[in-house]
Amino acid sequence: MSTPTLELRNLEVAYTVRGIDREVLRNISLSIEPGEAYGLVGESGCGKSTAAYAAMRYLPRNGKITGGSILFEGRDMVTMSDGEVSELRNSVISMVYQNPVAALNPTIRVGDQVAEVFELAGKSKSEAKKLTLEALVRVKIADPEKVMRRYAHQLSGGMAQRVVIAMALASNPRLLVMDEPTTGLDATVEAEVLDLVRELRRETGTAVLFISHNLGVIRHMCDRVGVLYAGALVEQGTTADILSNPQHPYTVGLLRCIPRGGLHKNTDRLETIPGSPPPLGMHFDGCVFASRCTLADDRCRTEKPEMSNVGESHITRCFHHEQAPTMARNIEGASQGLSIRTKHTNPTGDLLQIDSLSKIFNQDGNKVQVVNNVALHVAAGETLGLVGESGSGKTTIAKMILGLTAAESSSTMVLSGKKLARTLNKRDVADVGALQIVFQNPDQALNRRHSVTRIVSRAVERLSGLNRSESDNRAHELLSGMRVDASLHNARPAQLSGGLKQRVAISRAFAGSPNLVVCDEPTSALDVSVQATILNLLVDLQKQDDTSYLFISHDLGVVRYISDRIAVLYLGRVMELGAAETVFNGPHHPYTEALVSSVPAIDGSQRVRIRLEGDVPSPANPPTGCVLNPRCPRMAGSGVEGLCTTVEPDLKEVEPGHFMRCHIPLDQLRVTQQK
Amino acid sequence: MNDSSTEISKKSDAERLQIRKERLALLRRNKAFTIGIAVLGFWTLCAIFGKYFTPFKADEQNFEFVSISPNGTYWFGTDANGQDVFSRVIVGSRLILVMSFAATILGTLAGTSIGLITGYFKGWFDIIVMRLLEAISSIPAIIIALLAVAAIEGQSPTITVFIIAFVFTPNIARTVRAAVLAEAEFEYVAAARLRTERTPHILFKEILPNVMPPIIVEFTVRLGYAIFAIATLSFLGAGVEYGSPNWGTQISENWAQIFNNQWWPTAFPAIAIATLAVSVNLISDGLLEVFEI
Repeated sequence: MSTPTLELRNLEVAYTVRGIDREVLRNISLSIEPGEAYGLVGESGCGKSTAAYAAMRYLPRNGKITGGSILFEGRDMVTMSDGEVSELRNSVISMVYQNPVAALNPTIRVGDQVAEVFELAGKSKSEAKKLTLEALVRVKIADPEKVMRRYAHQLSGGMAQRVVIAMALASNPRLLVMDEPTTGLDATVEAEVLDLVRELRRETGTAVLFISHNLGVIRHMCDRVGVLYAGALVEQGTTADILSNPQHPYTVGLLRCIPRGGLHKNTDRLETIPGSPPPLGMHFDGCVFASRCTLADDRCRTEKPEMSNVGESHITRCFHHEQAPTMARNIEGASQGLSIRTKHTNPTGDLLQIDSLSKIFNQDGNKVQVVNNVALHVAAGETLGLVGESGSGKTTIAKMILGLTAAESSSTMVLSGKKLARTLNKRDVADVGALQIVFQNPDQALNRRHSVTRIVSRAVERLSGLNRSESDNRAHELLSGMRVDASLHNARPAQLSGGLKQRVAISRAFAGSPNLVVCDEPTSALDVSVQATILNLLVDLQKQDDTSYLFISHDLGVVRYISDRIAVLYLGRVMELGAAETVFNGPHHPYTEALVSSVPAIDGSQRVRIRLEGDVPSPANPPTGCVLNPRCPRMAGSGVEGLCTTVEPDLKEVEPGHFMRCHIPLDQLRVTQQK
Repeated sequence: MNDSSTEISKKSDAERLQIRKERLALLRRNKAFTIGIAVLGFWTLCAIFGKYFTPFKADEQNFEFVSISPNGTYWFGTDANGQDVFSRVIVGSRLILVMSFAATILGTLAGTSIGLITGYFKGWFDIIVMRLLEAISSIPAIIIALLAVAAIEGQSPTITVFIIAFVFTPNIARTVRAAVLAEAEFEYVAAARLRTERTPHILFKEILPNVMPPIIVEFTVRLGYAIFAIATLSFLGAGVEYGSPNWGTQISENWAQIFNNQWWPTAFPAIAIATLAVSVNLISDGLLEVFEI
């Protein structure tokens, strides 16, 4: 066997936080062969990124390697001098970071930045320029000469990530470390970048250490995968083996709690992993997963399990691995008697109706229409899902409904038959309380200086007119109903886990007995194991009180699970609207089709990828005709091209309850999409 | 709440205390911060109790011992008026400490209010106020202070305090505004608006507690400048009554003696100013590190 490109041997890393060493990586051993792609998966805080940085011996100032070795092609990087390490990083190890725009220098033109890498490798200026052009062509950047003259902020996220990848590949590295390279990108862009990385890897034969929390992405990209939990490697094997035949309770649980196609809130509850990941640097006597594991016994809590072989190159760190695949399903019971609603409205017909909703922003003197004549309605007790890529206007629509952003004066919003004022200041308390929101990031949505009780009770006090002590009591009730333990009511948000913070945020949103709650990516900042519990909670609350949701998410699996109807947005317009299953099963709008096909499947099923060419056009200068026409995957050969490029289609009802903004007839779409 | 839950709630309080304790431990281990606190503490004690334990009265003149060099009786020597330099340095800490703290507190209050309002509302109001503040801070602070002191006439420490506070306001306002701009984007502010919260509540109850760390650090930085400004003004003979025990005044009264090789009446108050200013800067460095700004 050849020498592995990278080998971590019993690697231990600790961070010093507030003067105390906290263990982050516990005895990690793994190896990556030349040309192999190795995926590391795990939830936030499990040490994925630390492992990536440690692989380059590039730890933050407060981090240190406390044991083990990092072998690059057999040479130990731990004992190397700093000079030797940076020599390696300059020549044979490259890294691609999560946020590409931050990885580029904002003050240097993109071309010069890429050329710098070549110049560092000793090429002359003119040669470096030529090579830069080649490198950008290689990562499939359209019009590379123009891109070279731009600055980082003038690039879209996908484009910036391509540039970063071009830079990383410039030195022909033998090891490429990629830390969540597509996490901040839209689904269609993510798919493009992943395809690119796969292709480049086939060409160059570079070994890749690929970090991701997304199992679908890992399935798509990696040959082998290691599962990290609380800084320990709990399972390792070939990707297909791990994802279809997991042998560790954590991996099994993780795979089970992802909302898959076919599950819907009306029929299925999501499985969960009880509890939440341990805090940084916690000490364990036994198995790191014991406290959340349904199979755990006394031995698990007192003795550390060793890696055991469970198949060809498949190892797992569990005493009871043979029981793992068949372990009991973890379905928490429905939250009962939440008694959220204090006032009862009679839900007949539409709760919220919006018509010709528009928003024009003034950007440097240019008028940019980000939301264009949107008409939607939400019935009581219904979930309307909003999907679309960034810049499609999802969040702006939500903010206008809430009154946080003033809609254009032509817009009308009607709540239970009563016209809503366009700004928050002009709405009465009842209207404000009726429309609430759960934000994406609970860290920012909860004031970190206030106690959990205060955060909720203040909302009760303002919205329902109770006095301070009554409000406090009601807050305790609400929080306990949301399964926030009474012991935590006096805590500050920083002391809670992500899932608990989101429960507090949900309690606050429900403090004024709302009729409609906007859920703006409520689970995208959370780990999958926690996501399921939050989705279950939202479903329970809805069933109890007929609360309506406007559910915004880029995760199509989640939207599909929780929505009754779905609206697909593109450039501030509704492109398709219909029942969740109709929209997902098709025939879909060509844009929806591309969106759905870009999601990498965990089960490894191969789907035909429908590509959208190019980037989302600027809303300041939308294309004439149908706004999708420059990128439309189905326009060519449809026979209506002339119409598509000149006339903007209306949102038409193509079959009962299914609306589409497309010139191509439904039957024709059905035929082409079945091929 | 039942027994078990109060028990656990104590635990979460304990956790909070734990973080606070770890922070304090970190501060205690920070040498710069400890030295800074020790020196500032020493001068504060001198300011409060100094006059009770000095070997001589600060304004006591002994014409038999004029301008004698440091010795066993007169530790820091005496000046041309026969006054004990050591006693005057100890007692002189009071005025400068009181004035610099007062000026910095006033400036911080004004600057914080302006920063909160401009950072939250943005728009034309913000533009006008910030341009005004820039205009103020483009004139050297000491010149403003001197002009103002001269224009008002008289030697009033109170007015000097107000002037220094005025001069500092723009700097503090800018720091606070920057922090508020970032903070106002956080969704807890939108959440407060979505429960019909009024603006003053949002500014002072929601945002202010979150921008305290930069305010505290800016306060200590300004305090250092205030010490220098007051020393300089009193050296120039403005702002405080002539002849009062005060380091700046002491230096201005005695610096000409340096040419007679009598360095001590000037050197000791100068060192005192330096130690006080450095101690405040050490404290602000330590805080910066612990608050991780």
